[in-house]
Amino acid sequence: MRVIEVGNLRKRYRDRLAVDDVSFTVEEGEIFGVLGPNGAGKTTTVECVAGLRVPDAGTVKVLGGLSGAELREKLGVQLQSSAMPAKIKVWEALDLYASFYRMPANWITLMERVGLADKRDTPYAKLSGGQKQRLSIALALVGNPRVVILDELTTGLDPQARRDTWELIERIREDGVTVLLVTHFMEEAERLCDRIALIDSGRVVAVDSPAGLVARLDRSQRVRFRPSRPFDDAVLTALAEVDGVRHDGDRVEVTGSGDLLLAVTTALASAGVVPADLRVEQATLDDAFLALTGKKISE
Amino acid sequence: MNKMILTEAKLFLREPGGPIFAILLPLALLLGLGSIPGFQEASAELGGQRVIDTQLPGMMVILSVVTMALTALPAVLVTYRESGVLRRMSTTPVGPARLLVAQVVNNVAVAVVATALLIGLGNLLLGVAAPRNLPAFLGVFLLGSASVFGLGLLIAALAPSAKSAPGIGSLLMFPLLFVAGMWIPRELLPDLVRRIGDFLPLAPFAQALRDTWAGHAPQPLHLAVMAATVLVTGVLATRFFRWE
Repeated sequence: MRVIEVGNLRKRYRDRLAVDDVSFTVEEGEIFGVLGPNGAGKTTTVECVAGLRVPDAGTVKVLGGLSGAELREKLGVQLQSSAMPAKIKVWEALDLYASFYRMPANWITLMERVGLADKRDTPYAKLSGGQKQRLSIALALVGNPRVVILDELTTGLDPQARRDTWELIERIREDGVTVLLVTHFMEEAERLCDRIALIDSGRVVAVDSPAGLVARLDRSQRVRFRPSRPFDDAVLTALAEVDGVRHDGDRVEVTGSGDLLLAVTTALASAGVVPADLRVEQATLDDAFLALTGKKISE
Repeated sequence: MNKMILTEAKLFLREPGGPIFAILLPLALLLGLGSIPGFQEASAELGGQRVIDTQLPGMMVILSVVTMALTALPAVLVTYRESGVLRRMSTTPVGPARLLVAQVVNNVAVAVVATALLIGLGNLLLGVAAPRNLPAFLGVFLLGSASVFGLGLLIAALAPSAKSAPGIGSLLMFPLLFVAGMWIPRELLPDLVRRIGDFLPLAPFAQALRDTWAGHAPQPLHLAVMAATVLVTGVLATRFFRWE
């Protein structure tokens, strides 16, 4: 079932075009990533999906076309630059937000699940960045939503807090909640997302699984080594898996796809060459984005 | 809704500076100034009234309402907008308007407490008579408070930042309080100033409070100006209020 359908979305702010032409569909139960560099139009896109902004053109359909309070009843949203009052305690925030929904989740269980049970009486302003994010996720889930939008939720977190948050999102998916995840972290998208829409300058560049996006590269793998003795490049270029062979000083770099490492080492062995300092580099989403747009996602 | 008001009330009391100021300052002024012998004698300039009869207590009621409406309320609302509290609320089925209502309820509650204390302690300690035309007094209090809180919401709608909100409130507050007779009783203000005051939000509220306190009916002009203020500030605040 299609949970979110976005078609030819367009949104202009006074001075700039934020979203030019964005289309994608999100299936029930998946983690769908919206990945792109800062300023690509990701947040504006999900704000339109959440019903917080009215698009200039295009269509947005969530859960078959819900809108207004009906939509917000079923759609949990965690946005950037949203906060709670400084002095509200963790339990008060959860209790208050639970009262906004017809069929809320048990907020005490939720508080334990996001690991804030021991921070129950801590005021919002005294929470760490990671704890604030976890509370924010809990608040997005407290209404028992079927879909949840999470915008840049690990930005500014330390690596440990980031991994904890990722685990939390994986558990949300296990509960059958569809997740629309906005991020500019490649690693996050690679680890969590079933499918990704790559967005650049307000347009969708590609929609695919992380592996599918990487596989679109002609040369998705790179094998580097220092040969024990000189050899004829033809030994390698003859292989179907190999796209190119390049010499860099005493090193050799082979690019290609498929079972590249196995093919190269086998061919070298039969030619009597021993590859020293053998290294394989897998292409990343960043490489895919670079190849598709000519830009890097993150620095 | 009840939970929202309750939660906001708790938050409100965790930063009690505003409410305490709005309750204690007018009360201290009433009891302090009210014990000056000169203020307890009938004054020809006030038409035979004593200063402590209606001038002083009436203005102290105004002071507490104005403090909450023009400085406390806009400061909280603009902070909520700036930090993203309202944005967060707008993702829920309830929406952020409820938060505004809860805030107004709490701020009005403080003004009501302050007014009750002013009347009660004024009567007990200074022998100031309670409002003689009580139903009209309560009606005026309600209408006048609505007009001042409307103005406060308008400030919250237009203030560019949380830092500037209380400043804008004070900037409006002092001239309005002046023509309302805060420092010089309205009877002693030049005719022109008093006439201008009749058409501004605060002076009609003050005069109507004093009139009903003394047992008279409020002047229709004053009721009309207050009602118009409610309407105009309400429409403008709704028009210009930004949730983020």
